[in-house]
Amino acid sequence: MADETIIDVRDVHKTFVSDTKPTLGQRLTGKPHVQKRVEVLKGVDLVVHRGETIAILGSSGSGKSTLLRCINKLETIDAGRIYVNGHLIGYEERDGELIAEKASVTAQKRTDIGFVFQHFNLFLNKTALGNVMAPLRDVKKLSAAEARDVALPNLEMVGLGDKIDNYPSKLSGGQKQRVAIARALAMNPSVMLFDEPTSALDPELVGEVLAVIKKIAQQGTTMVIVTHEMQFARDIADRIVVMDQGVIVEEGPPSRIFTAPQHPKTRALLSRSGILPA
Amino acid sequence: MDFIQNTLAVFPALLQAVPVVVQLALGAMAIALVLGLLVALARISSIKILRGIATLYLEVIRGTPLLVQLVYIFFVLPSIGISIEPVPAGILGLGLNYAAYLSEVFRSAILSVEHGQTEAALSLGYTPSKTLWKVVIPQSFVVSMGPIGNYFIAMIKDTALTSVIAVTEILKTANILNSQTFQTTAIYTAAAILYLIISLPLSRVVVVLERKARASG
Ligand SMILES: Nc1ncnc2c1ncn2[C@@H]1O[C@H](COP(=O)(O)OP(=O)(O)O)[C@@H](O)[C@H]1O
Ligand SMILES: [Mg+2]
Repeated sequence: MADETIIDVRDVHKTFVSDTKPTLGQRLTGKPHVQKRVEVLKGVDLVVHRGETIAILGSSGSGKSTLLRCINKLETIDAGRIYVNGHLIGYEERDGELIAEKASVTAQKRTDIGFVFQHFNLFLNKTALGNVMAPLRDVKKLSAAEARDVALPNLEMVGLGDKIDNYPSKLSGGQKQRVAIARALAMNPSVMLFDEPTSALDPELVGEVLAVIKKIAQQGTTMVIVTHEMQFARDIADRIVVMDQGVIVEEGPPSRIFTAPQHPKTRALLSRSGILPA
Repeated sequence: MDFIQNTLAVFPALLQAVPVVVQLALGAMAIALVLGLLVALARISSIKILRGIATLYLEVIRGTPLLVQLVYIFFVLPSIGISIEPVPAGILGLGLNYAAYLSEVFRSAILSVEHGQTEAALSLGYTPSKTLWKVVIPQSFVVSMGPIGNYFIAMIKDTALTSVIAVTEILKTANILNSQTFQTTAIYTAAAILYLIISLPLSRVVVVLERKARASG
């Protein structure tokens, strides 16, 4: 089925509440201290179909990371619903009521969602191979031999077949990120989420990681990529989603977004990146 | 020359006490590692009562001398019907005491494991408790190796305190010899040298462990 929905984000809201410590003055005068509330997602709707590659663009602080993190429940949403592969994320629905689900159920759902972080987040006490094998062993309960058989082709695929015994401390940033990609892919998720996968890299290492992501996209993997690499987004995305201040302001095929953006925020973003004349 | 000969002559008798010291140190370390980890987990737990109990334990142990704790276990507990033999009492006292200090080592080591790795594990489908046991704790053990080693050496020296609760370890053996032969200088010099002989190689091992831990981190 070509139009099968993999991710369905419906009217999602998220507010961060940070308790600022009361100042000495506030404590002495007994004035209540203010809770800082930031509404980061203000009603986001997004549908991703099987095999699609979505690029999310938007200036810093627009809520892109928060949206991705809500999809695999690293953040908990305040309102709305998120479905991945038909499963409601974070809750069970009983008679129309939402009931918070057990941690083990969340974990189970997360195995179907690959997540690649800006800062790689490799297990520092494990080699490249060990990093990829760990979740196969610990979560999927594969034997060491089976895990190895799954891990090796994934490390080959990201071009690290010769670095499997290196610890993260002996890998470059680009290599670390490729291990992280292999680790997520090896779980065979329905969708891969990338949160600025090249933003922490030295410029000369960006290309190797983008090449790997492009290769995965071409294999038909469903993915959502938050990126500031405009040319890359234009090159690989089937659809561009532009976020600003917690809402999606515009979405469409790259051919249209990059040549005839409708929303002023999209135009501003593109001219700042030198794609449109200022 | 007499002094050196006399000192050397004391060694065979003192060496007899080494197995007891090993028994004390290994037994107490086992208790300290397990209990220390539990106390550390309790201290970072989201359950308030657990945090309270663990903090109280820590404060009581750190706020009282080990010597008093040993005496308490050996001489006071019998009055409420709990009599413990000298060696088990020594193991218990040292273990309970060092558990408090090791819990602080574990706690800071656990907190030192980057939050990013925890998030990565969660995103890969690890449950929170599996993340703790498979990702965070193994790494905090690596970070803790050096400090644990140093505490182990300190504990070996602290086994001398169990002489006051009738454990026939090195110091007690020396005391007995001294009361028989009065060769005070030779006997206690030999005892001091024996502690050195045990702890110096261990210090080297700790240095190597710390280097290894740094290399893998
Ligand atoms: N854990 C948090 N607590 C409080 N505020 C947060 C937290 N995470 C993000 N924010 C705020 O939410 C807003 C959106 O953040 P984010 O989703 O990271 O944006 P983006 O990825 O688009 O740069 C920012 O203003 C940020 O400061
Ligand atoms: Mg971000």
